[in-house]
Order: sequence, then C-alpha cells, then structure tokens
Amino acid sequence: MQARPAPVAHARTAVICGGIAFGMLGLAFASVPLYDLFCRVTGFGGTPMVGTAPAARVLDKTVTIRFDSNVAPGLGWRFTPEVPAVKVRIGETHEIRYTIRNEGSRDATAVATFNVTPELAGAYFTKLECFCFTDRTIKAGETQEAQVVFYVDPAIADDPDIRDINTITLSYTFFPSKPKPVAAVAGAEPKL
Amino acid sequence: MASSAHAAHADHAHDHPTGWRRWLLSTNHKDIGTLYLLFALTAGLVGGALSIGMRLELQEPGMQIFSNPQTYNVWVTGHGLIMVFFMVMPALIGGFGNWFVPLMIGAPDMAFPRMNNISFWLTVAAFVMLVLSLFMEGAPGSYGFGGGWTVYPPLATQGHPGPALDFGILSLHLAGAASILGAINFITTILNMRAPGMTLHKMPLFAWAVLVTAFLLLLALPVLAGAITMLLTDRNFGTKFFDPSGGGDPILYQHLFWFFGHPEVYIMILPAFGIVSHIVSTFSRKPVFGYLGMAYAMVAIGVVGFIVWAHHMYTVGMSLRVQAYFVFATMVIAVPTGVKIFSWIATMWGGSLRFTAPMIWAIGFIFLFTVGGVTGVVLANAGVDRAMHDTYYVVAHFHYVLSLGAVFALFAGWYYWFPKMFGYVIPDWIGKLHFWVAFIGSNLLFFPMHFSGLAGMPRRYADYPDAYAGWNLVSSIGSYIFAFGLVIFFYGVIVALVRKEQAADNPWGEGATTLEWTLSSPPPFHQYETLPRISGGDH
Repeated sequence: MQARPAPVAHARTAVICGGIAFGMLGLAFASVPLYDLFCRVTGFGGTPMVGTAPAARVLDKTVTIRFDSNVAPGLGWRFTPEVPAVKVRIGETHEIRYTIRNEGSRDATAVATFNVTPELAGAYFTKLECFCFTDRTIKAGETQEAQVVFYVDPAIADDPDIRDINTITLSYTFFPSKPKPVAAVAGAEPKL
Repeated sequence: MASSAHAAHADHAHDHPTGWRRWLLSTNHKDIGTLYLLFALTAGLVGGALSIGMRLELQEPGMQIFSNPQTYNVWVTGHGLIMVFFMVMPALIGGFGNWFVPLMIGAPDMAFPRMNNISFWLTVAAFVMLVLSLFMEGAPGSYGFGGGWTVYPPLATQGHPGPALDFGILSLHLAGAASILGAINFITTILNMRAPGMTLHKMPLFAWAVLVTAFLLLLALPVLAGAITMLLTDRNFGTKFFDPSGGGDPILYQHLFWFFGHPEVYIMILPAFGIVSHIVSTFSRKPVFGYLGMAYAMVAIGVVGFIVWAHHMYTVGMSLRVQAYFVFATMVIAVPTGVKIFSWIATMWGGSLRFTAPMIWAIGFIFLFTVGGVTGVVLANAGVDRAMHDTYYVVAHFHYVLSLGAVFALFAGWYYWFPKMFGYVIPDWIGKLHFWVAFIGSNLLFFPMHFSGLAGMPRRYADYPDAYAGWNLVSSIGSYIFAFGLVIFFYGVIVALVRKEQAADNPWGEGATTLEWTLSSPPPFHQYETLPRISGGDH
C-alpha cells in the first residue's frame, strides 16, 4: 500500500527469514539419514550394533536370547529359527541358523528387517554376521538357510538401566521387496 | 507513552478500493485482519459443530448418531485440525496480529502488504481442501481421514489408502506456507518498521508476543512441512521414510511431528499472553508489572519449547535417562509461565480494577490457563504419563490451555478491541453474560474429563463402557451450554452493528496506553501519515 518501495532492509530481513525457513525444511529431511546414523551408532530404538571382532571378555552371567521370526502378510514364506531361544553367556559369540522356505506357487523377492527388544538392549546386541536389508530371491518350493552371528556386549553389565535384564528378543521380519501401492488396495465403496 | 501526531485521513494518492476489490485484492493490514477474523469465526463454527457432534455421540454409551466409529474419528481429526490451523492461529496471529501489531508499533502497514494478501487467501484455500478431504474416501469403505491431528504412520501411510489424507496433507502444506509467509511479514515489520523512539524494550507486549510467535512459526512449520511431505511420498511414490520394511522408522515421524507440534502449542498461546497483558494493565490502570520479565519470559518459553518435544512420546520406548531429561526440561517451562501468571496478578494488585467484559474474560483466562498449566506439570512426569497417556486427562489438559486458555483470550481481545476495530460499542452486559455462560459451560465440559481420564477412559473412541456414562453426560451438557454462549456472542455483535453506538477513540480510559487508542475508532484507512514519536519510557 505504501507509495514508496519497500526499503532494502525489509528485503534483507525477509531473505534471512526465508533462509531460516528453508534451512529448517532441509534439516527435516537431513534428519532421516541423521536419525538412521544416530540409531546405528547408539543402538537407539533397538537397533543392533554391527561388530567386526568377538567380545574381549566373556562373563559368567547368562542371558536368554529369543528368536522371533515373521513374514509379512501376502508373502507365502515359512521362516523359522533352528531353536526358539538359546541361553548364552554375556560376551560369548553364538550362531543361529534360520530356515526360509518359499511355500508359495511363484518366485518371490523379499527383504528382512530386524530389531531388538527391549530397545535399550540394542546398544549391546552386536552382530558379526547377519542377513538384512538385502533382497533375497527364493524360487517357488525352494529352501534357503541364513545365519546370524552375534554376541551380547559385556558392557551391558555396567548399564544401570538394563543390567538386570535376562531376556533379549531378536526379531526378524521379511517384507515383499516391491509391495503393492496402498492406493491399489482400496476397493470397497465408501459408506458414511 | 506516546505523543502521537496522526493526521486525519488525508485524501491523496493512496488507493482506497471499494466493493469486492477492497477485500479480494486487499493489501491493507486492517482489512486483512478483519478478513482473518471473519474466516476464523466461520472455521470455528465448523470446528465447533464437529465437536458438538462428538459430544452428542459421547453423551450416552453405545452408538448414537454415527453409524460407523471411523466417521467419529474423522470428526475428531477434523475438529482438531480446524481448531488449530483455521481458528486459533488465523484469529490470534492473522486477525489480531495483523490489526494491532502495525498500530501498536506505529507502522503505517505491514512490511509486505501483498504477501499479507497471499497469506490470507492461501489459508482459505487450505481450509477448503481440508473440508473437501472430509468427503473423500479415506480408510477403505469410509470417508475422511480418522487418524487424529498428529497423522501418525503407519495408520496414515497404510491405513488410509484413499485420497482423503492426500487432500489433508496438501491442505497443511498450504496453511504452513501461508503461516511462514505471515511470519516473515511480522518479523520484518516488527524489526524494521517501529516508530522512531520505539526500541524493542519499549515495544508493547502483544507485539513482543507476535514477534516470538513468528520466530516459532519460522522454525517449526518447515519441519512439519518436511514430515508430511515424507508421508505424502511414502503414500504415493513408494518411499520408505516411515516404513520399517524398507529400513524406515515410524518413530522418526513422531519426533519430527512433535518438534513442530510442541512449539505449535506455544504459537497458539503466546499471542493470547500478549492480549491478556494489555487488558489486565488497561483495567488495572497500571503499567504491566515486570515488563521486561514478561517479554523475556515469552522468549524463554519459545526457546525451551523447542527442546521438550519428546514428552508427547514417553511411551515409545526411550531410555530412562532420555525420559528424565524431557521431564526436567518440560518442568522448566513452568518457571517462565509462572513469571507471567504472577506478573498479571501483581499488575492487578493494588490497581484500580474495573471489571468490564474484556477484563473478566482476561481474568477467566488467567484462572483457566493456570488449571491447564498445573495438569500439564502433572503430565510432564513420565511415570504418571504412562497411566495418563491418551486418556481424557490429556484431553482435559490441552483443552484447558487451548479451548479455555487461547479461546478465552480471543474473546477477551474481541471485546477489548471491537470498538477500536469496528467503531461501535458492544453493550458490556452482553460480553459479561457471554463470559459467565461460557465459563460455566466450558468448565462443565472439560473438568469432568479429568475424572474420566483418571478412571482410564481412552481418547478417540466413539463408544465406552457404562462406568464412564455419568461424567460424559455432564461434559456433553457443558458443551451445549458453551455453544449457547456463542448465540449471546453473535447477539452482541448484531446489537453493536444495528444500534451503531459510536465508540470513543479510547473507550477504556487512561489505562489504555498503547498507540492504537490514539487513533480514531475505527482507525483511518491509512494511519500514521506522520509517524508517532515515542518519548520517554514508562516501561
């Protein structure tokens, strides 16, 4: 409404503010890889750690590791650990084998995701070898094996939050690699 | 405070469009403020109608008016989103902010008048999209999005395949863009266009409140925009930001949402703090107690508001130490908030009090906001929150700070500034009657929710066991009383517009010291042809 043009100072303030807004938008997207990195580094949210060497020491204390294996609906696979649970000494390296069988009538590709419960144990559940986040194709009727090699970090005994824990659950879930878009699932006529 | 030299409206080169051009193409901060207020009233009636529908459903156990519990949840979601984005924010920031920030700081208009126009019409477009989404397919077999205003995945990504939520997300994008542009406008105006002599430390508290709010908008809304954009691509373009099957994490959405969502609640209440400060000071005929403390308390609330977000997420499985931090940080906010409450009381202390309609609304605000603040401190405890999470206790808490806090401040501001904005007088008894009806109604409505919540009644359910029936009936009756109060409100507006009793330039007497009272009522189309000079400093 002013007859005079907006002074330079206005434009400068507005540009700085716009920069802040776009910076925050960028930070929102940057949070995705940062959050992922944060989870991997700290074990936040039950993300297991990836290790390269066995633990330096083995404690006398034992902990039960339960193996939970799931297959997403629509993927006709059978996915089972060799044993439902195992008792290991803290720091001891252990290997668990899984059998994956495609019981469907067609070849399928799926990807496994994993998680540790309780989530606080994620920081101490160290995997030396695992199958995850890579596509796995199994022909109809074929059976494959997979294994996870892991140990529980002895440092868990020094964490006051969870040093009394005696059961940790390692959960794996296979999801179809290319799920149908959700929009295609919609079908029924709406009713109020 | 000010030696104002406002000339009568000089008739020269300035444009003064008439008819529909005046409103549709408006670049005048007062006209845009009026548009925002009318828009917020309209949206508030829609959002209020949704809430009355909810109370009709909850009045008795069993299903009353909805054939489908999902539809009830759609109404809950619509009520929340409309009240937050299209009622409280447009009224407090767009309405009163546009009207009175330039007047109070002695500026002729906003820094970017055309951008102001864009902000308003984007908000209208956003509201239309949100209303449309209520009539689009959402979950298979039902209309609208029913996942709550927080829009958490996976319900938002996999549970609602229809286009309803896509409309909702685009609506929030538009509303967010509008608010960010508005925030840039306010910051530029307040930082660059204050009248000569008005330093930041002499600026009225409402302008301070809007300045802090604008910075919160600028920092928080882009994060919401990013989060809901990720939701949109997860839904439609096969990305896996929040989908564990592709390595994503739904908890990340909650972190992003509440990084926006917690500052958002201060965005809704800080302008209310500003309004109440002026009203209390005016009708105590004293300058506000501890001006600098009041201003910096708002800054502190704004800053701390950004580092407490996870107290909305105590149940997602954070470690004890992380929870302990968020408990502590959340409770720290009670300190600057307490500074404000005590300063309002100290302003009234020994003052020459006049209990006019705006004053009793403001005192009602202080009382009710304090009740909501106290239950907020209760909920800040992670241990207590385990039991109270997603119960009606939480509903009671945030309605005491928003529905009774922000909304009471809105009505206080309406009765305080109505004569200034429109030049006519609303009879004081109407405002007082409206207050008492609203006060009784809203307390009947929300106080029993504390009991329902403590008894374990969960939010967002259309039906409940018989054990909760008693207090729910009381709540429903309260909501009808509050709704009747709106009839009195509109009666007051109609009486003012029909009787056309001309308001004085300063109808509130010597306690009203801010610059808008030095202008005529209503103010000229273009004010401050000669900028006012601020001398001395009584702050």
